[in-house]
Amino acid sequence: MLDSKIPAGPLDDKWTTYKGKVKLVNPANKRKIEVIVVGTGLAGASAASSLAEMGYKVKAFCFQDSPRRAHSIAAQGGINAAKNYQNDGDSVYRLFYDTIKGGDYRAREANVHRLAEVSTNIIDHCVAQGVPFAREYGGLLSNRSFGGTQVQRTFYAAGQTGQQLLIGAYQSLERQVALGNVEMHTRHEMIELVIIDGKARGIIARNLETGELERHFGHAVLLCTGGYGNVFYLSTNAMGSNVTAAWKAHKKGAYFANPCFTQIHPTCIPVSGDHQSKLTLMSESLRNDGRIWVPAKVGDTRKPNEIPEEERDYYLERRYPAFGNLVPRDVASRAAKERCDAGFGVGSSKQAVYLDYADAILRYGKIEASKKNLGDIGNDAIIALGKEVVKEKYGNLFNMYEKITGENPYEIPMRIYPAVHYTMGGLWVDYELKTTVDGLYALGEANFSDHGANRLGASALMQGLADGYFVIPYTLGNYLAEEIRTSNISTDHPAFIDAEKVASDRINKLMTIQGKQTVESFHKRLGKIIWDKCGMARNEEGLKQAIAEVRALRDEFWSDVKIPGIINQMNPELDKAGRVADFLELGELMCLDALERKESCGGHFREEYQTPDGEALRDDNDFMYVAAWESKEVGSWNLHKETLDYEVVKPSQRSYK
Amino acid sequence: MQHYTMNLKLKVWRQQNSKSEGRFEVYDVNDISSEMSFLEMIDVLNEKLIKDGGDSIAFDHDCREGVCGMCSMVIDGRPHGPWQGTTTCQLHMRAFKDGDTITIEPFRANAFPVVKDLMVNRGAFDRIIQAGGYISVNTGNAVDGNAILIDKQNADDAFAAAACIGCGACVAACKNASAMLFVSAKVSHLALLPQGQPESKQRVAGMIAQMDKEGFGSCTNTYACEAECPKEISVMNIARLNREYLQSNLGS
Repeated sequence: MLDSKIPAGPLDDKWTTYKGKVKLVNPANKRKIEVIVVGTGLAGASAASSLAEMGYKVKAFCFQDSPRRAHSIAAQGGINAAKNYQNDGDSVYRLFYDTIKGGDYRAREANVHRLAEVSTNIIDHCVAQGVPFAREYGGLLSNRSFGGTQVQRTFYAAGQTGQQLLIGAYQSLERQVALGNVEMHTRHEMIELVIIDGKARGIIARNLETGELERHFGHAVLLCTGGYGNVFYLSTNAMGSNVTAAWKAHKKGAYFANPCFTQIHPTCIPVSGDHQSKLTLMSESLRNDGRIWVPAKVGDTRKPNEIPEEERDYYLERRYPAFGNLVPRDVASRAAKERCDAGFGVGSSKQAVYLDYADAILRYGKIEASKKNLGDIGNDAIIALGKEVVKEKYGNLFNMYEKITGENPYEIPMRIYPAVHYTMGGLWVDYELKTTVDGLYALGEANFSDHGANRLGASALMQGLADGYFVIPYTLGNYLAEEIRTSNISTDHPAFIDAEKVASDRINKLMTIQGKQTVESFHKRLGKIIWDKCGMARNEEGLKQAIAEVRALRDEFWSDVKIPGIINQMNPELDKAGRVADFLELGELMCLDALERKESCGGHFREEYQTPDGEALRDDNDFMYVAAWESKEVGSWNLHKETLDYEVVKPSQRSYK
Repeated sequence: MQHYTMNLKLKVWRQQNSKSEGRFEVYDVNDISSEMSFLEMIDVLNEKLIKDGGDSIAFDHDCREGVCGMCSMVIDGRPHGPWQGTTTCQLHMRAFKDGDTITIEPFRANAFPVVKDLMVNRGAFDRIIQAGGYISVNTGNAVDGNAILIDKQNADDAFAAAACIGCGACVAACKNASAMLFVSAKVSHLALLPQGQPESKQRVAGMIAQMDKEGFGSCTNTYACEAECPKEISVMNIARLNREYLQSNLGS
């Protein structure tokens, strides 16, 4: 039976009450307790530094050459917080409500409320660390809007918000390394979890430079290893982003929740050919000012600037007048797909829509001209002024677009199309962020907890930092208070030896196959199956086919993969092979989860379940639960359900019209 | 934009590990699309090498969006290749034409030992940050974000310095392998903000001392670092670093 351990009492008081009663570990005991943190993105770096500051001995691991490179760094647009600095009606309740509604009523109320509560502390802490958020002329913090909200609560640092927040957390982490409180292991990858007497007690890590396997003990293990979007091969994730640590934990008893809840982001640069290795996001912040459209006529091949206003279809503004271009991501993505499927797509592939800045450039130009009292300066001068404003707000994004496509977005509307971006699903955790394995925690995108079936923009950074800075420092103590009598367990313990052997056997097996096909080619084929059949739209027949295809592909992989090089040296192909092998198991579970969930909600769109006007049709009677999957053996799972009780928000058909 | 395909010759640095000697190997790659990124072109070559029974070329890369700082490589003598203000991962093949020979080497500096082929160890940068590149604030101590007013110009300048991605191109570009641009970007980022003031003296002294200890060379103002920096970090930061360093000495 899944116990989410949500504290009793009114929603507003739960977190305060919990913190008031939680068990504590005294400073002398903290020094004796070791905590393993895997991953150094926003969740991992913030957790590792905060726990080290409190006095715990932390061991942190990342597969990159420096903790500063984790993929949180690529987040562009911003971070939400219920500060209400703009006096536009924001509050903790409204951020909570927007997130619950944005998630299509498939998230846990208590977790989301806590997230909204601590959101304000995050901004304060990051400012104190020296994160250079955008500021107004008066010296105050600036805000902008993101999708699914009607207030301005997003804090940002141009289009590099993730970078600046991560560097802040990284600097705090390195400070703790310097103080000797954190032992940092770069170019290390966790490849097994060690469980002793039912509790997570360590990991087997592979030193990627030497290929050596290492045993590391911890009183608790925190997985802050991000999402699994790379199962699709093409996604906005970094090349190295993977599910391996979470998957190893899953196979050792941690339930995997809502794996089919994946986010397809509406504004990415379209695929240009078969050579494509990854996709690049164009920040959601661009929907603040940009307008999305397609030609009103099927198969219109004129250049965008030659299509007059009345022959354009601003389909988001048409379908969703209340939120317009700022509808949530799942809604915007499906609407783009609908237009392209109906033949209105643009560009050579016809799998793209326009994101147009002409109106915004004109509008900003007029404001500038008026601010500077320039009088009637003519259209060209106004456009030049407007371009300067747009450049200041979005310059780095426009540059990136131009580098990739060779087109100038100040002159020609950008072409965009949806792409895999984030995974709401992840390891099941309770209110304390603990998985179903005692002593094993999951933070940030690696857990499933706060975004339901669709995450709102600028909320990933918020959740990663909330978990690391302000949640785990309290909840972990509640567990470790009972562990103060546990002295360090020797890594010669049979559980460590066994786990290392499992890891080593697997690597040897991979290296001895010496088949004919590369790891990359298997990954591409897996990605295509999942994208075609478990992507933006899913149906029963396709999902059943996908399960059979993924199983067959997995067998083929284990009999015909070809990995060059040797085990005991830097071998990126071997690293990738281990990750792809895990994606080949996860892919099946995603399809199974999508098959079982016979409703549409958020990013999970089952074609059989939609309203007459094509919106997601939920089934609250039968599916208002978290699907938590228990691994039995490869390709076999038990489903556990955590019922979601909505005490405060009354679920309704989500409307952004 | 007109797309085209090209055949290329690549001269690539191959090296087993930090202890072994390296050498250039020459490879042909054919039918490369001008729409590919530079790293996708290397992907194509690696797939071919593996299929032919060889070992793939090891290189660092992760986000492929120009922000993680993981990718490196010196391409035709320039860190991150021919495009101004661009990381290797954002360099696209339309920068090259059919028949070109491209030389690809790792970042070269004593402080950045080669791990394998085009991968180097940039741990020295992390250790420089450990020596003071932070503000000492524990979680939970902060005042309201708007309680600290920051002049917009200073905020913008701090942000521009903080845009550094820690890739090490500045070191690779410098004939002395100096890390001054990297260090100055961090010192400037924090010195321009009121939150960074209390520790400013120890910070600059500590980071400079660590930089010297790691074996980076000295700065002789050739500004090759600025010219090659993919984030176009300004050498004005080095001037600010020098002022800060001078003040830290005066105060002690």
